[in-house]
Amino acid sequence: MSESAMSSVVDAEARVTKLAVSDLSVALTGSGAPILKEVGFHLRAGEVYALVGESGSGKSITSLAIMRLLPDALQVTGGDVQYGDRSLFALTEQEMQEYRGRRIAMIFQDALTSLNPVQRVGAQIEETLMRHTSLSGAEARKRVVQLFEEVGLPEPDKRLDFFPHQLSGGQQQRVMIAMALACEPEVLVADEPTTALDVTIQLQVLDLIRELAKKRDLGVLLITHDMGVVRNIAHRVGVMYQGEIIEEAEVDQFFHNPQEAYSQKLIDSLPDMTHYMHGTADDPLLEVKDLEVHFPIRRGVLQRIKGYTKAVDGISFSIGRGETLALVGESGSGKSTTGRAILNLEPATAGEIRFKGDAIQALKRREMLPYRKQIQVIFQSPFSSMNPRMTIGHILEEGMVSLGLQLTAAERSERVASLLSRVRLEPEFRHRYPHEFSGGQRQRIAIARALAVDPELIICDEPTSALDVSIRAEVLELLLDLQREFGVSYLFITHDLSIVPHLAHRLAVMQDGRIVEQGSAESVLTDPQHPYTRALLESVPRID
Amino acid sequence: MDTVKIVVLWSDLLIYLLAASLTLFFWNMRGNPITAARWRQVFGTRLGMATFVVLGAYIMIALLDSLHFRLALEEDPGQKSDQVYFDNQVVSVLDLALGDMATEHERTYSAPFALQSFEKVNMKNADGVSYRDFPRLEHAGAHLADPADRGSDLVLQSLIGLAKGGVLALIFVGMQWFFLRGSTLPWRAAWTTQAVIICFAAWLIHIGNLYHVLGTDQAGNDVLYKSIKGVRTGVLLGTLATLVMLPIAVSLGIAAGYFKGWVDDVVQYLYTTLSSIPGILLIAASVLLFQVYIDLNPEFFEIGLEKADARFIALCFILGVTSWATLCRLMRAETLKISQLEYVQAAHAFGVSHFRIITRHILPNVVHIILITFVLDFSALVLAEAVLSYIGVGIDPAMASWGNMINTARSELSREPAIWWTLSGAFFFMFSLVLSANLFSDLVRDAFDPRTGLEGAA
Repeated sequence: MSESAMSSVVDAEARVTKLAVSDLSVALTGSGAPILKEVGFHLRAGEVYALVGESGSGKSITSLAIMRLLPDALQVTGGDVQYGDRSLFALTEQEMQEYRGRRIAMIFQDALTSLNPVQRVGAQIEETLMRHTSLSGAEARKRVVQLFEEVGLPEPDKRLDFFPHQLSGGQQQRVMIAMALACEPEVLVADEPTTALDVTIQLQVLDLIRELAKKRDLGVLLITHDMGVVRNIAHRVGVMYQGEIIEEAEVDQFFHNPQEAYSQKLIDSLPDMTHYMHGTADDPLLEVKDLEVHFPIRRGVLQRIKGYTKAVDGISFSIGRGETLALVGESGSGKSTTGRAILNLEPATAGEIRFKGDAIQALKRREMLPYRKQIQVIFQSPFSSMNPRMTIGHILEEGMVSLGLQLTAAERSERVASLLSRVRLEPEFRHRYPHEFSGGQRQRIAIARALAVDPELIICDEPTSALDVSIRAEVLELLLDLQREFGVSYLFITHDLSIVPHLAHRLAVMQDGRIVEQGSAESVLTDPQHPYTRALLESVPRID
Repeated sequence: MDTVKIVVLWSDLLIYLLAASLTLFFWNMRGNPITAARWRQVFGTRLGMATFVVLGAYIMIALLDSLHFRLALEEDPGQKSDQVYFDNQVVSVLDLALGDMATEHERTYSAPFALQSFEKVNMKNADGVSYRDFPRLEHAGAHLADPADRGSDLVLQSLIGLAKGGVLALIFVGMQWFFLRGSTLPWRAAWTTQAVIICFAAWLIHIGNLYHVLGTDQAGNDVLYKSIKGVRTGVLLGTLATLVMLPIAVSLGIAAGYFKGWVDDVVQYLYTTLSSIPGILLIAASVLLFQVYIDLNPEFFEIGLEKADARFIALCFILGVTSWATLCRLMRAETLKISQLEYVQAAHAFGVSHFRIITRHILPNVVHIILITFVLDFSALVLAEAVLSYIGVGIDPAMASWGNMINTARSELSREPAIWWTLSGAFFFMFSLVLSANLFSDLVRDAFDPRTGLEGAA
């Protein structure tokens, strides 16, 4: 792969510049606070230029400014965007409309919300085609079939008459790409095109974009936060940080010799697949045996049960004291349901969950209380995991109060302070509300909340997938520190294999409600037995 | 010997109960620094201060109008000396403040500030010849020697009224200034509004006792007086009916959304049934049923006003009990959404009891919906009362209400020349009440809705 990247880089040097952004500045309309500061880069035909940065760095604003689609709250204060020999900023709105879609096309992160849910996907593309070109209805339809074939949709003549929700996430994104390509644009702006997709599908879509760029001589501006994506398909990289491009380089050069410390930090977020956690405990804390969780499917007027969705279909594993088990799988594989079943938030259909030898799967609310003190949970979204109307102090105290820890108000508040400092936050934060914190800080508060009752097992349900890469590393580090310090065990639910080596002693791979492979992290990752594990592993980016 | 007999109506009790709980609520919130900070945000704006003062003025009028008593009648010659008879007419403290407005009846319609009746009647001159002309009004401008002086007298009396108001306002605001000098809140806006309201009220009362500021209605009653008496009805109907509706809607809605299963089925069944019955029909039937009860049991009610009051409270309850379906549906949907959120899941994982989850995690996050519904329904209910009066099942005609006034305005506006002042009076008081309530609630929502805070921070 790296070889082909090099050759196309050499090609690219000779290619024409399609889009030239120079000194682009954008500021808030009211206060004039700068959002983009003199951003400049070139996009050549046939190359993928990746604009990399964390949320809030201004990469999406850059793409919107290029398309002249900035919200009213923002305005361009300087700079220019040249398309060929014309300045996009000098065009009338009507002329610009011709450029959008026709010459510069865009694809977005969430394909499902970008497609009209009540119109057949074929018809949506035909409509675009007929507006921008002189094709007739039948010709347009034929053209759509060609496009669908080009983006690799199976049975394109049938898919044409599907509604968006009938397609899978990857297929939806392919339809979006077909739509973007419909009018033969010369520049494609892809804003986080694969973030919403599962890893194995992500790779396929990225390959498609790269292939299309080569075949059609497209200039692709790829906006992403994911260094793995950059590594996979980009030719050149621009690193954005607080509204500026701080470093720009060819992709190989960038990964081998980054100039800025921040770039190095981004690269470090890529997994290190050479170091593994060792040592497994033989004293099991949690044992799960043949666990099944089925959801009834009800149909008809009387809502009779017509069948079951087998979310978890007979899985067994165990977690020792002070040990981390990573449960890896794609969305819908049943990994989160497993976590919820252990927490008794979802009734188990069959099987056994033993905590310290006691069966806990069918306990009543009251009987479960003593175990709640010992099993805690951290959720994915830092934005919905805390009640927006409670202060941090109250959020942290809630568990202590309801689980009947015999503490006075003064002791509780002392404990809140020590919890906050344990997750490296200021004790004064307890009077603030969740929305005053960043995503990473909130996730630390969520960790502090779980720790408040001194649990022995914490179920981490994708705790880092909503976080930026640099913050992700800090949160993972914190979890590791806490494990060393207090000997807690983690059940770490994730879709991201790349963080496993750093974090987990053992690994279980889940697919369609079953565990297809489990063992020590090192043995599974270095010598995967199951084809699904191999497919997952292949989609993980690596630095050679 | 007693000279007054205090009359306590059920609605009087309720309005003071409401006022007391409101005061308690504000007093309680002083203890909570965060809630206090949010209210501070509301009152930190000049708009918040001004609208609150307007609302306060309305509540003040309603409270004053809820202290009822009956005056003792003068002794008849043949009456035993230890026997006291009381007037059938119930008056309130507000009536004392308004002076003679209540008793200055004319024969029929008269225009605002008019000296003559709006309709011609047959009269005889000194020579006994009949003719038709506009008669002089009995009370309006009775102090004038010459009707031609009306213009200059109006200016003079206005100045006197305003001067009285000015002095009152100065004392009132001055006292507040003395105690609140150091405060950082924008008291200036509150004081300005207070001064304007006091001056306006003093002018109204002063002029209103000499002229009919808003004319008179068909029976010759002062329209301004009726409009002011309508304040109590409006404020009480709006709040009471919503307060009856809120607990039903909120508890059923949240229970349905939180517990799901059969609870949800039952609640949904209830509100779909309720909302498929035409609302007006249901309300009319209930009110008529209650009216029959009142008519069959006259012994429960000593005086006419008590009957009217019982019907009024019944109406509030009926309106509240029949109109909870919409809010309940909203509550259920919102609770379904919230109970899936991770913080509720986390609370389950902490073994927090259902009651605490509902009160601490779900209820506070639907408060903004309740608040918005409260204010929107408030105005809607005041308007609904007019519709109900139209079909004859509204508030008892013996009780002053804007709905009744709007109802009579229907035929008055179709006359030529039109009689516009009844509608204007009701409109002005209703409009300023609903507008300030809407503006105030917007501010409260902004301060309490976490999402607006989030946008502000981003």
